[in-house]
Amino acid sequence: MWLPRLPTDRLARRARNAPEKPKSDAPLVIAGRANNALYVYALNRSAERLGLHRGQPLANARAMIEHLAVVPADEKADRALLENIADWCDRFTPLVTLDPPDGLLLDVTGAAHLFGGEAAMLRHVRETIAAQGFAVQGAIAGTSLAARALARHANGTITNPGEDRAAIAPLPIAALDCGEDRLRALKRAGLKTIAQVAERGRSELAARLSAAFLTRLQVMLGAEEKPLSPRRPLPDLRSEMRFAEPVATRDVIETSLQKLAFALSETLEREGQGLRLLEAAFFRADGKVERIAVKTGAPLRDPAVILRLLNQRLDALADPLDPGFGFDLIRLEASLAEKSHARETSFDTNENARWQVAFLADRLSARFGEHRMQRFVAQDTHIPEAQAVAIPAQERDFDSPWIRKRQDQDPPLRPWRMLERPEEIHFVAAEVPDGPPARFQWRQCRHEVVRAEGPERIALEWWRERPHERLMRGSEQRRREKLGLLPRPVPPSRDYFRIETREGLRFWLYRDGQYRANGLAPRWFLHGLFA
Amino acid sequence: MNKEEKLADLRHFLARYALPANRPAVPLGLPAADAVLDGGLRPGAVHEVFADDWGAGGFAACLAIQASKGKPLFWVRPDYEALEYGALSATGILELGGDPQNLYLLRAPHADDALSAAADILACPHVGAVVLELCGTPRALDLVASRRLALLCEESGVTLFVLREGAGPIPSAAATRWQVRTLSSDPRDDDWGSPCFHARLTRHRQGGLGDFFLTWDSNHGLFHDAAAHSGLVAAAPADRPVGAPRQKRA
Repeated sequence: MWLPRLPTDRLARRARNAPEKPKSDAPLVIAGRANNALYVYALNRSAERLGLHRGQPLANARAMIEHLAVVPADEKADRALLENIADWCDRFTPLVTLDPPDGLLLDVTGAAHLFGGEAAMLRHVRETIAAQGFAVQGAIAGTSLAARALARHANGTITNPGEDRAAIAPLPIAALDCGEDRLRALKRAGLKTIAQVAERGRSELAARLSAAFLTRLQVMLGAEEKPLSPRRPLPDLRSEMRFAEPVATRDVIETSLQKLAFALSETLEREGQGLRLLEAAFFRADGKVERIAVKTGAPLRDPAVILRLLNQRLDALADPLDPGFGFDLIRLEASLAEKSHARETSFDTNENARWQVAFLADRLSARFGEHRMQRFVAQDTHIPEAQAVAIPAQERDFDSPWIRKRQDQDPPLRPWRMLERPEEIHFVAAEVPDGPPARFQWRQCRHEVVRAEGPERIALEWWRERPHERLMRGSEQRRREKLGLLPRPVPPSRDYFRIETREGLRFWLYRDGQYRANGLAPRWFLHGLFA
Repeated sequence: MNKEEKLADLRHFLARYALPANRPAVPLGLPAADAVLDGGLRPGAVHEVFADDWGAGGFAACLAIQASKGKPLFWVRPDYEALEYGALSATGILELGGDPQNLYLLRAPHADDALSAAADILACPHVGAVVLELCGTPRALDLVASRRLALLCEESGVTLFVLREGAGPIPSAAATRWQVRTLSSDPRDDDWGSPCFHARLTRHRQGGLGDFFLTWDSNHGLFHDAAAHSGLVAAAPADRPVGAPRQKRA
């Protein structure tokens, strides 16, 4: 698929929705910048009719046309639009690749018959994209490069297997799309069509124009090529439903989801799989695609449970699913699946209880977001705040061993609450330089220490350069970064004290580093609260 | 209505308060407290803990560890709790005798989310206990909400501890209500630092009230008498813990 006027079409589409309609046939040019000069990056049909062309310096274009509308290029918006169109094309085949800046490659192998053959499919794709207000050209060929060249230079061609060469040969050398320099070289050599280029000897071409060019030519003429790498990984298992008439009412959508859940569950059952990541895709009639993902902590295939998770996720959406003019395709797919034994029907009560709790955690993750439903893993480190890390409950198995710090006769040696960021305490009066403080102030309250135990020296793990970054990961790290909670670079060691105040409060304090000869007092921090 | 019908009615009424056979009470370990509580804390009910200072919330943690033995313990708290009171530490729970592998933490965005999440969790009978930690008095926490939670508890047998910080009691459907302060450690104890609480039972649906000095035994998951080992008797000033100087409210 080639969308030759993607940038101008984008603006025209937007203008059509605007209250006052500008004249749609006014010449319009999108200006891009290259080598510090403005040039014509894209242009609309009427500008083309007036003799402008792509790549022309903008000043020339302005000189030719008096009232030329010029808009700066917005490559990001174009890219986003192309992505959206690619999303929409997902309905034809799961193998869609972007061919930036303005092309799409669809691998329709084995998919065309679903749409009534290649010709009907191509017509259908082109018509629907054109109906959205895009100029579109397309072709179907044996290799992606051949199809690409044909779409641009012989719109609508469909080659039969093995006949790529015949279709490509008459095209002008511009179709090779091999860059200005090589094109000039070919022109100088007097070659005008691809057929003429192909007649030359291989060694000659390779010597003059590089081996990469030769491969490209071979592929274009029908040799084997490497497969497309699709934008999205191919789902293992899916079930989908197409609607001749777009559906918009909640009831219909719910019934369809129900049917799809049952169908998906059957597929999973047949394959002996359970889903770990469920993706629901809603293809809107106007081209927008909404995707909703639900993770599960344990392999799952019970349709009722799938449906419940999905509904919970839909209810929790910040902006609810907007059917617009209706959905014409709804798809459920197991983007991630795992071998699953028939554990859901197990009569083992323990197993059942574990499964029920896992399912509860799944539901809560679906509702509040997976980073909010957490469990803890123990880590082999001395840094107190990293010893236990809270990570999403669905992330993995939680059977790592926990090692208690205290001996049997000891009281708890670690606080049950730790401040996310140790808070500095002020007016610390320590009786001996290396001893515990006698008095301090924390959160506007003065405390007098009556008992203390310590120091317990916890040294930085010098073999880790940036300890906290390695130890916390994923969503938790991002959350802390956002809140500014990642600790500052840790000084060499901390001396921790367990103290009790006159009021009976038990705190965990530390001194940041040691007293030095230079007389600078180290700072003190309150890190945890004991019961 | 004849006499027998009336009796049957009364029995039926009383049956609601009797413990189902398959739900044994959770003994605190302190004989005096267990006597008042008729054997221990009632499972499948709501228990409120009002913490008067930084450490007193630990009482709820100890109770929850006790009530959830071997089963998952869900801890539900709104985000701002962590900023004010610190993050729940799994190593600390381990030191208290809990099992971090069975600890689930749900960080709800707001208090009303925390309440609805707690309701979801309480519906699952395979959960051991739930702690719902709330700071201040959120608007969503009213008598209706608390009664709803109590009904869910009763149905599933899961015990809910509502830990309230920086707040005073409001009408609720709780089975017990505890007003808790931390207590200084025994001055003669060398291994000082075990959690010590002065817990006042200020409300009890099925019995009397009381005033207890407790210390937590992390090894056995039980409370001991804090007044006994300090050699004092419970006849002490009502407004402050035995052996402790006058307290300032935090």
